[in-house]
Order: sequence, then C-alpha cells, then structure tokens
Amino acid sequence: MVTDQALRGLDNLELDPAPGTRDPGRLARKAWAAFWPKVLAIALILVVWEAVTLTGWKHYVLKGPGPVFSNLWNEMLHGSPSLWSIIGFTLETAIVGYAAALVIGSVIGLLVARILPLRAAVGSIITGLQTMPSIVWVPFAIIIFGESESAILFVVILGAAPSIAAGLISGVDYTPPLLLRAGKTMGLHGAALYRYLILPASLPAYVAGMKQGWAFAWRSLMAGEIVVQIVGQFSIGQSISVDQQNLDFAAASSMLIVILIIGLVVDTIFTKADLALRRRRGLLDPAAA
Amino acid sequence: MSNADYPAAPPGMSLGAPAVSGSGVATGAEGVAVRLTGVSKVYGTGGRAVHALDDVSMTVHDGEFVCLIGASGCGKSTLLNLVAGLDQPTTGQVDTSGRKVGLMFQEPALFPWLTAARNVELALQARGVPRAARRAETEELLETVRLRGFGSKRPHELSGGMRQRVAMARALGQNADVLLMDEPFGALDAMTRDLLHDELERICSERTLTVLFVTHNVREAARLGDRVILLSSRPGRVIDEYSLPRSGHRRIDSPEVSEVAARLTDRLREEMGRHGH
Repeated sequence: MVTDQALRGLDNLELDPAPGTRDPGRLARKAWAAFWPKVLAIALILVVWEAVTLTGWKHYVLKGPGPVFSNLWNEMLHGSPSLWSIIGFTLETAIVGYAAALVIGSVIGLLVARILPLRAAVGSIITGLQTMPSIVWVPFAIIIFGESESAILFVVILGAAPSIAAGLISGVDYTPPLLLRAGKTMGLHGAALYRYLILPASLPAYVAGMKQGWAFAWRSLMAGEIVVQIVGQFSIGQSISVDQQNLDFAAASSMLIVILIIGLVVDTIFTKADLALRRRRGLLDPAAA
Repeated sequence: MSNADYPAAPPGMSLGAPAVSGSGVATGAEGVAVRLTGVSKVYGTGGRAVHALDDVSMTVHDGEFVCLIGASGCGKSTLLNLVAGLDQPTTGQVDTSGRKVGLMFQEPALFPWLTAARNVELALQARGVPRAARRAETEELLETVRLRGFGSKRPHELSGGMRQRVAMARALGQNADVLLMDEPFGALDAMTRDLLHDELERICSERTLTVLFVTHNVREAARLGDRVILLSSRPGRVIDEYSLPRSGHRRIDSPEVSEVAARLTDRLREEMGRHGH
C-alpha cells in the first residue's frame, strides 16, 4: 500500500518532532518572567505612596504604607468583628447574588436568543441595562425592599444578569453557519442541536459574559453594602462606610486592599478558565502560548 | 488503463452536444440515487433576484461518481444544499428516493471543542447508534480514513489533510448512501490532494458509495469522475456532460487525465467567453 504509507508519512511529518523533550527550567523561567514586573509595579506604588506621605500633605489623615499594612495585619489577627468574618459575609452575598444572576441571565439569554419576537422586545433593554451604573439601583432597591440584604442582592443581580445574558446571546448568534450546516446534515435538530452544537460553540462568549457579569456584580455589591446599612451585620462595604465616618484612613485603605485582592483573585480564575477554553479549541497562537 | 483505449472516448466527449450517460448503469428509477427535474433556485425577489440555478435536470446513479464543474457563480453549492435538503428549490423537484445524504465542505467544519473521535462519534449518536456500539464503529471509521491512533487529538492539532479525513469519517458515519462533496480538497496542497484522491477512490469502491463531487479543478474532475457535468454561470445550467469510462486506476499526471482536463478547460473557457465583453 504505497498510498497508505505515503499518507502515514505525511501525517507523521505534521506531529511534534519529540513531545517528551520539554525544558524543565522553562516553567520556572516563565513564572519568573510573569512575576517580577508585578513585584516591581507594587514596589513603585509603595515608594510613591511613602514619598507623598513624607511631604506632609494632608498629614492629619494621610498615613503611609507602614501604618496601613500594620492595621490590615491587626484586623486579620484580632479584629472585632474579625476581618475574616467580614470577608466571609460579603463573599457569601456575592456568591448567592452571582449564582442567582447566572441562572436568571442564562435563562433570559437562551430565551431571547431562541425566540425572535422576544429578541425584538427585550434585546435592546438588555443592552440598556448593561449601561446603567449600578449605584442608581440602590435607592430604588431600598424603596422596594427596605434596608435589607434583599436590597443588596437585587442590585447585584441587576448588575450581573444583563452581561451574562448578553454574552450567551452573542455566543448563540456567532455560532459559525458552516458548523450549523454540518450539524444539520448530521441530523442534529431541536434540543440536541443546542446541546451538542450551539451551546458548546457559545461557550467562549458565554464565559466572557460571565467574567464581565462578575465585575459588575462585585461593583454593585460594594455600592450596595456602602449605602445599605443593615444593623448587626458586618460587611466589607459597611466597614468602609464606618471608617469614613471615623475619618480612619488606615482602616479604609486596608479594606480597599482587601477589595482589590478579591477582585484580582476572581479575575484570575476567569482568565484561567478562558485561556484553558481557548487552548482546547486551538484559538491561541502557539508561539504566544 | 492503457493509453490506447482512453482517447477512444464515447461520443459524449465531443464538445457541444450534451452526452447521454454511456456508463452502462441502469437508467431505471431503481438505480437512480439522485434525480433533479427542472430545478430552479432564485434568491430574493423583484429586481434584486438572483437566479442561482435555472432548469437543471440531472441524474446520479447508484455507485456512480459524478463531478460537477463550473466557473464561480454557477450555483454548485446551491445545488448541493438542495440535494442535501438544507434548502428547497424555487421550482422543480429534487428526489433522492429516501436515500441518506451526507455532506462534506471545503472546510472540514469539525467541532473544535471535540476530539477527532468525538466528532466522528457525534454523527453516530445523531443517528441513534447505541453507546456501546459507538466506540468500536468510531475506531473503524477512523481506520478507514487511516487515522487510527489520532482519535484523541483535537482538530487544531491535526493537519489540513487529516482534518478533512476526519470530516470524511464523520460523513461516512452518517451512514450516507450519497456523499455530497463541496470542493473537499480545494484548500489542500497538491501532494496531499493527490493522496486523498486515491483514498477516496478506495473508500468509494469498498463501500459502493454514490458521490456528487463539486470542484473547479478540471484535473480533479478528470481524475475522479465516472461522469463530469459542466454548469454554466449565472444562472447555473447544465451545458455539457462527459462520460469517462473507468478501466482501472487513473493517475492525475497521466496523459489521459491531462487530455480530458484540456477539453474541459476549453469548454469552460468558451462558456466564460460568453460573459466577456
């Protein structure tokens, strides 16, 4: 079988020459290359911050990195209520609100993507909702729900759900027509067409929508917690609000650092998920990846 | 095939007069896999209407390999869509007598989130093959296209020719009686294409497939076809038909194939000249 052998030879030429010979030091060097610019950036910020403090500008409130980080350290070890319980409470609200937004956004997104009259009716409203600054919902939520956790959840859901829905809709819209033709000739239709073709094809846009939805949820949550005062409950936003009343720069800065870190951690998770997804589908430039 | 008997082609090879199919296949309804009767397809309405196909009639017999060739705008892809049932003709009839139709495109159109094996398996799943039987049949299909051992690769990890073979395995997995191929090797390099011609020929004879093969490559048509149908452009009409009796393996660089290709080219140029100014 000359053809067979020629074909196999051609196939083998396409494969990586030697998949086993990966440089073990490569990972460490890559990690270092990603690490040092971040460390340098943080160091630079701390230096500028310390320099501003040393000029004596607003010296009656402004504190340098030293007092702020020692405050943060104190709060972590023996704050009352402890920093961890405050973070825990806020994250719990975030997770409940985001999960609800995920369900609501996905259902609405799928319905709008499938049913054309619904799209004409609701499609532009979803875009409109995305442009609404989340803080404007807070007074509205307090009118309906009073100063309660429901009010905060309401704001979080309204912040996140439109992005999630929009992500799913654009994913369904951008399913490549060629794949649709292939799926249909294969005999996929109805629910199976969605299950095996349209939804998997939509996943990258859906994940992008989920990532954006999280960013909106987190902002909405902070806005809600700062404004809505619930007696006996200690959240990150409420802590900042208290620090503001006490003109406590160090405590407020500690909380800002906490908010920043949580935001970055969650963003990293979404970015990693997105990268994994794109790598699986061959959407990454192999030279860059 | 010897060089001596090939040029003695049937009268259908002469230019101008559309030939009657002389391949000796039964012309009764029983042996007809695909029959188009007076098929026209118009997109849009009024002054902006585009006549993609105009009064096209043709038959493809069971086990026959028919190449459709024409310049751009001859409605080749439209015709395949109609036969595949993805679209309806404006007038006329498309009849496949209940035969299953599989479709292959110029792009492999594999699902990038699935492995090669899962891509093939999905075709089996879609036609209701039970889970237990699917794995073995998938393996067998991958073996048919010489890709055993590559099942766990994702499409982007394979070469263009390998992807197109996965697509072929997937099309075969639909258990199609009629395989419609829309310039399936158009995006491949000449070397790979040549090998895949051999493979396609082998698979067709193993499985007694009926193939309707669209191409704009005259050599490819001369290499593969039992019959070559020429379409005009805007609107697409059947202008000529050539029977190429098969008497063994044809090489794409053989004098016979070159000669037929030259005739097809001349006829196509003549047709394109009609559109010149």
